[in-house]
Amino acid sequence: MSKPARASRLKERVAAGLKRRYRRERGFELAGLGALLVGLLFLAFFFFTLIGDGYKAFRQTVILLDIELPVAEFEVEGLSPQEALEQADYLVMVRDALRARFPEVTERGSLRELFALVSISSSFALRDRVLADPSLVGGSIGLPVFADDDVDMLIKGNLDRDAPVTGRRLTDQQLGWIEVLEAEGRVELAFNKGFFTQGDSRDPEMAGIWGASVGSFYMLLVTLVLSFPLGVAAAIYLEEFAPRNRWTDFIEVNINNLAAVPSVIFGLLGLALFINWFGLPRSAPLVGGLVLTLMTLPVVIISARAALTSVPPSIREAAMGVGASKMQIITHHVLPLAMPGMLTGTIIGMARALGESAPLLMIGMVAFIVDTPASPLDPATALPVQIYLWADSPERAFVERTSAAILMLLLFLLLMNASAILLRRHFERRW
Amino acid sequence: MAPSTLLVVLAGLTALAYVLGRRRALGFVSAGKTHSLSGYHGGYVALWCALPALLLVVGWQIFEPVLIRGYVLEGLPAELQALPEAQRGLIFNDIRNLVEGNIVAGTPTPAIVTAAERYEAVLRLSRWILAVAAFAIAVAALAFALRRLRPDFRARNFVEKILERGLMAASTVAILTTVGIFLSVLFEALRFFQQVSVFEFLFGLSWSPQTAIRVDQVGSSGAFGAVPLFTGTLMIAGLAMLVAVPVGLMSAIYLSEYADKRVRAYAKPMLEVLAGIPTVVYGYFAALTVSPFIRRIGDALGMDVSSESALGAGLVMGIMIIPFVSSLSDDVINAVPQGLRDGSYGLGATKSETIRRVVLPAALPGIVGGILLAVSRAIGETMIVVMAAGLAANLTANPFEAVTTVTVQMVTLLIGDQEFDSAKTLAAFALGLTLFLSTLALNVIALKVVRRYREQYE
Repeated sequence: MSKPARASRLKERVAAGLKRRYRRERGFELAGLGALLVGLLFLAFFFFTLIGDGYKAFRQTVILLDIELPVAEFEVEGLSPQEALEQADYLVMVRDALRARFPEVTERGSLRELFALVSISSSFALRDRVLADPSLVGGSIGLPVFADDDVDMLIKGNLDRDAPVTGRRLTDQQLGWIEVLEAEGRVELAFNKGFFTQGDSRDPEMAGIWGASVGSFYMLLVTLVLSFPLGVAAAIYLEEFAPRNRWTDFIEVNINNLAAVPSVIFGLLGLALFINWFGLPRSAPLVGGLVLTLMTLPVVIISARAALTSVPPSIREAAMGVGASKMQIITHHVLPLAMPGMLTGTIIGMARALGESAPLLMIGMVAFIVDTPASPLDPATALPVQIYLWADSPERAFVERTSAAILMLLLFLLLMNASAILLRRHFERRW
Repeated sequence: MAPSTLLVVLAGLTALAYVLGRRRALGFVSAGKTHSLSGYHGGYVALWCALPALLLVVGWQIFEPVLIRGYVLEGLPAELQALPEAQRGLIFNDIRNLVEGNIVAGTPTPAIVTAAERYEAVLRLSRWILAVAAFAIAVAALAFALRRLRPDFRARNFVEKILERGLMAASTVAILTTVGIFLSVLFEALRFFQQVSVFEFLFGLSWSPQTAIRVDQVGSSGAFGAVPLFTGTLMIAGLAMLVAVPVGLMSAIYLSEYADKRVRAYAKPMLEVLAGIPTVVYGYFAALTVSPFIRRIGDALGMDVSSESALGAGLVMGIMIIPFVSSLSDDVINAVPQGLRDGSYGLGATKSETIRRVVLPAALPGIVGGILLAVSRAIGETMIVVMAAGLAANLTANPFEAVTTVTVQMVTLLIGDQEFDSAKTLAAFALGLTLFLSTLALNVIALKVVRRYREQYE
């Protein structure tokens, strides 16, 4: 066979395969695009369900009640007027208001069902109102009180009104009363302030994220105060002073490994070391902060070292030229220039610490705690752990609260990451 | 004097020392040239004032409890002293609770009340001694340092040396943490292995850690064979990798080779948002959305799917790991030299052929390293499995059944009230040791592979 003939045969063969090869080329590109879309679609789906569930928790069903405040209820023998105001039986007054609205209900069981329409928290709301304005005593006020969580779910359309009685959380009678109240315009959705100002509660309508947020805040405070100076100091030593030898290599391997150790292991360390050995209190934000410090330290060190290396040698040489000592070069020149980069890395580490929950489960921060912690030594829980606790609760009303708490957590994370990005943009320097 | 007040006093004294040292150095300036700036002289005196006293305070805090304990126990009546060590520990706890005003079990006996008074007295005495000693040392060191200042004194060199030592100490925290993790987990695990043999733990096929509370209780003798946990962990991690590796790798290829700059600028950070979402959120999502969904599909197809199926947890974990795999592979693919691609194009290969036959094989070691890191991530992941996987240790290969993992068992064993030395609690530490060692091995291998790969093209 001659050379040109072979060349043309080859050309034909290539041409014959071209179509298939281009098809596979397109297929491969589409597969890549598809993979990317899978990730992004999940992200979209994720936020869609979260916001769809969570936004409802920011509003809460209230029932407008006309509550009588008879003088007799506030006169207790042996108590001063102020004490009587504080100790009066407000729950009875709320219940009397319900009874006055539905006088036909007299039977014990039915009464219990009627009273179950409003939340226990209604008596606290009434008490606060009366304490703020004692002149109300003797008259009557129209007060919007929180409905029970089942009623709340019904009004928000999460419970099926036509479902058979057995699978429903409310009885026919209760449904009837709610419909009467709705017809009178006494049932409405109001902004749920308590969600932001209260601690945890077994009753969904009274549960809020404030206590957990304060616990998280104390923990991050401890983490920041410890991990930033320690991390920066370690980074300076490793980057500027350390001789290249086995020992520093060993330190480096350790730092890289620690960054990849499962977080739950740090919880074991916290339990064995801080709680059992040092005798620090369980459930305290201080211990949580210590554990999270050990966890975020590698992140801070790695980012601080990157920030230090990005400062050009000319700065150091110039400082050395005018007679600065090594320590002066670093503290007067290199450190200020590297600071924005270090802060960025630290904020990102903090954001990771804020979302962490596994090690906190190990050191007992999963307790049910109603009170807001007043110091880092008080028992507390953290925002992600609160989410975990609510996600485990059986009440339907906790689902939307969990979603709302997640939204708040994501908002905090977004703020932290956004400030890190802004910081970097603002101070970033091209040498 | 309480230790906190003492520290405040020492801090004040240190500030005073700085001022005194500085003022003295400023006095030299009028006389002529000094070696160090006046601030360094101040720092020198302040360091002398603070460090020895602080050392004393810290040392005292460590040895004080031991000495006091010995002293108080010695003062107990003879019949109490004859008790075994463990019971004396309990008595000492009672005494301490009484002193600190905590709740005490039962009414304290007169002997314990006297001991508590003794404890309080000796504690007060010890704190006063400490306060006086620390103060004296601080003042003496201050005077000593102040007298050493001269115009040609090298104060800066001293201060900088101490600062450097401090920086060095900070850098060892990482090592101390690793050692701390290893030792604390190891010691508790060794105590566990005194009760349960290593062989049974590693190769036993049944796991039910409920040990009997009373001796006469039936049926809960406790079995600590961890094989079902290992298989469960591997199954969920395997499912996660089945999702994460193809999706992560393909999106990394698309982003680095095909996507134009604008798409890359937006899609890459968005994909990384997935990595920033807390794991508890993924867990909630797996438990409340994905698992019920899988169960409904299974029901529709007539299959028996557990509501805590391994599949649900594995899928969601896979999604969590996607950005991890994709950003690591992205780095690796970008590190492949352009010359290799150009050579392949020059031979007439299409883009996908170049990627599959040239770029991926060249990047393979790096990608494998990244995948190993991702596996270690998946094995150690806790919240998703705690919320979405089961508690019952089933030895099964069916992803529609509920399985449990090492991390789930660690969390469930340690949540709730447990005395600290029961086999049940200690088992968590044995599991922790296994987890720590296996992830450590994976990490070391992966980091080594990645590093060697990087060196290849640098």
